[in-house]
Amino acid sequence: MQQSKTVVTMVGLFVTAGLIALFFLAMQVSNLSSFQGNGSYIIKARFDNVGGLKVRSPVSVAGVRVGRVKTITFDKKAYVAIVDMSIESRYDTLPTDTSASIFTSGLLGEQYIGLEPGGDEEFLGEGDTLELTQSALVLEEMIGKFLFKKAEGSANN
Amino acid sequence: MFENLQYVGRTTLQVFENLGRGSIFLIRILIGLWEPIKRPSLLIQQLYSVGVLSFLLILVSGLFVGMVLGLQGYYILSDFGAEQTLGVMVAASLVRELGPVVSALLFAGRAGSSLTAEIGLMKATEQLSGMEMMAVDPIGRIIAPRFLAGFLSMPLLTAIFSMIGVLGGYFVGVGLLGIDEGAFWSQMQTTLDFWDDIVNGVIKSLVFGFVVTWIAVFQGYDAIPTAEGVSRATTRSVVYSAFAILGLDFVLTALMFGDA
Repeated sequence: MQQSKTVVTMVGLFVTAGLIALFFLAMQVSNLSSFQGNGSYIIKARFDNVGGLKVRSPVSVAGVRVGRVKTITFDKKAYVAIVDMSIESRYDTLPTDTSASIFTSGLLGEQYIGLEPGGDEEFLGEGDTLELTQSALVLEEMIGKFLFKKAEGSANN
Repeated sequence: MFENLQYVGRTTLQVFENLGRGSIFLIRILIGLWEPIKRPSLLIQQLYSVGVLSFLLILVSGLFVGMVLGLQGYYILSDFGAEQTLGVMVAASLVRELGPVVSALLFAGRAGSSLTAEIGLMKATEQLSGMEMMAVDPIGRIIAPRFLAGFLSMPLLTAIFSMIGVLGGYFVGVGLLGIDEGAFWSQMQTTLDFWDDIVNGVIKSLVFGFVVTWIAVFQGYDAIPTAEGVSRATTRSVVYSAFAILGLDFVLTALMFGDA
């Protein structure tokens, strides 16, 4: 069966267009481009309460995303949550006394970990643990505290 | 009473008989696959009639689906002051659900029906038995290239559909409605994951491509070799494909995104 050149060309175009579309989806639509080539290292942090933090939530320093939450596990002896964060290798100058807090982006937005660099001369490496952490603010707890204080205040008067 | 029971029994047996014949036919196709692999020109011809000719339909539908998503999403999201997440909404719904499902449904209507009609007509005009007489295996020569072409075209068409849809949403959201371009793309990229979203969408489209072409070629091969039989087989091909796509989509979504 002899094939016309047009058919072969059109099939070639079609397959190329499909592959370009896949490539576009991978690079432009998903997060693949942000992790290409360079590796990452893991740092750990212990939180009393992680609130609504999820795996793959962003980790940022000064508002710039430097990594993602890798795993969230529960320490059954200390009753705290252990969060493993994978930080991109190019951000390897975080001091060892960096503190981690869980913030919410926007009023109803997703939760993320904000890192606040300290002043130490040494830098964090693979598997290091952050000592200074601040838990997520749980809205109900805050309202509870507020009401409690309010009640206390009115009882004193 | 007794007739009703017999009717139920007969229908059940028929369903199982069809399933069994379909499965045996599938095995024969899979065995016959070495024919188009050995002779790629057979495959290229079918890639043209199955894939390239569906290209324009997929392109136009993808564009409009994306644009409608952008428009509707904007109206709903702007009520909550969350227009910035329009990119996420358009891309996630396209890549996860609408891309695979709508392009598979269009593919079943455009390519599946023509496969069934073509094979059914070949059977009705005894071309298939003619090939057997000449010791050419019609499964390897006719069915397998078409099956392989459908299976390969589906993920490509789905990727094109999703890409054009996202661009359509971008055109409406950023171009017409004035959403910030940076927010549109960056929110999309932070929310969608390559493995969880894109690859799962591709897996869906592979499954749909497999099932739709299988149904199409089986209905054609199994058609009663008359004009009416071929017409019925074509209808069945599209209807069964639509059911299979929508049902399987539910199962696949539950499996893939269930624990997220």
